[in-house]
Amino acid sequence: MWWIQPLAVFIGLGLFAIYATLRAFQGHFYEWGPYLSPFYSPLIDPEHHWWPLSPAILVLGGPLGFRATCYYYRKAYYRAFFLDPPACGVGELRHNYSGETKFPLILQNIHRYFFYASFLYLPSLWHDAVKGFIWNGHFGMGIGSLVLLIDAALLTTYTLSCHSCRHLVGGNLDCFSCAKFGGTRLGLWRRVTALNERHMLIAWTSLFWVASTDLYVMLVAAGNIRDLRLF
Amino acid sequence: MAEAVLAVYRGDRESGKPVEYKVPLAPGMVVLDALHYIQGHLSPDLAVRWNCKAGRCGSCSAEVNGRPRLTCKTRMDSLPLESPITISPLRAFPVIKDLVTDVSWNYQVNKKIPAFTPRPGVQWKMFQKDVDRPQEFRKCIECFLCQNVCHVLRDHGKHAQYGGPRFFVRVAGLEMHPLDGVSRAKLLKEQLGLGFCNITKCCTEVCPESIHITDNAIIPLKERIVDKYYDPLFWIVRKITKTGGS
Repeated sequence: MWWIQPLAVFIGLGLFAIYATLRAFQGHFYEWGPYLSPFYSPLIDPEHHWWPLSPAILVLGGPLGFRATCYYYRKAYYRAFFLDPPACGVGELRHNYSGETKFPLILQNIHRYFFYASFLYLPSLWHDAVKGFIWNGHFGMGIGSLVLLIDAALLTTYTLSCHSCRHLVGGNLDCFSCAKFGGTRLGLWRRVTALNERHMLIAWTSLFWVASTDLYVMLVAAGNIRDLRLF
Repeated sequence: MAEAVLAVYRGDRESGKPVEYKVPLAPGMVVLDALHYIQGHLSPDLAVRWNCKAGRCGSCSAEVNGRPRLTCKTRMDSLPLESPITISPLRAFPVIKDLVTDVSWNYQVNKKIPAFTPRPGVQWKMFQKDVDRPQEFRKCIECFLCQNVCHVLRDHGKHAQYGGPRFFVRVAGLEMHPLDGVSRAKLLKEQLGLGFCNITKCCTEVCPESIHITDNAIIPLKERIVDKYYDPLFWIVRKITKTGGS
């Protein structure tokens, strides 16, 4: 039964990749009322003054690179897509293995740069989440407002639970009690570690939710469903 | 009395095959007990390495139904008994006889790692918060199950270029030690081949001491390699502050 987990990951990541690609290139139904799909946030040149294609293509590189180089996802897709190995103790077909020592996989080492880049995206996502509660200049709330709020919270948690974050806030120290701001950094490191222990769960939850958020905005924008206004 | 059938590998590094033995089950029995029963009653020449029978010495490692495990910590009642239970030697190392493998390669790797070297003039005083991380790595009993399950060694045979999870744990314990003053980053990158690890976490899954090998040792070491070799910002910071890193 070793194949169940890689198959589930293959299906999960494969479906997300297909859906995200189709939606990124679609270029329509990404905005409705105060809601903006996270695939299109921050929204750049929606009127196509200088960029003729879908605005999502301009912004998806950052989140895509962050997920693709993430230590958890690496484990997941090395097993499910590269079969390297498909599961623990299960033999492999490939024999010219070089791990992450050669191009292109040596580029996994730039994961922290995508982590830095995520701080350009998170303010935009939170801006969209807050904007989702403002209806014609007044406070209001629809189901979509809550969907966007949860999305921003999950993506923030995913970013803060990252292994590179854990390293940068304190993991790179050998001696907390000897370093400048060592106590503060130890506290941060412990908090990030607590999140990091659930990195896989957060990675899948946030991936599912970001796709669901986009789907919700698309369905509302296309008129397939009505957004329920709570107040 | 209930019985189990064990298909135990019999042979040497040239040839061998599984041989089936019927073993009567007893309450609380572990796989090592069953192997001892075979030695005592059915086949006295069965070679099994063991020592403490308490999960502390790391000697009785083998593959039980294809999964690397300590035979002294694997209860017979945790295994399906409908079909024979396969017991085979560690696949990443050459067989000497039956279930005994030659793990001496590990001791050669160990010799490459510079031992604990205190910083010059360091004050011999440590706080618990600073040694929490290295202490986790001290739990290692050197059973080499992590080495055996690591596909870089097991399937790709990179013994000449790669150290394996056990020694990444050892290096992590030294690198994160608050009093140690030696950097092993170059060794990790060039001789121990940390880049070959693609963090598929099998080592963590089989560790009988529940050491978080991947998350607490390997990934932090990979990040330290990034600090030193792949991050231009850190390189500039080191040049400005004239430090060697952390």
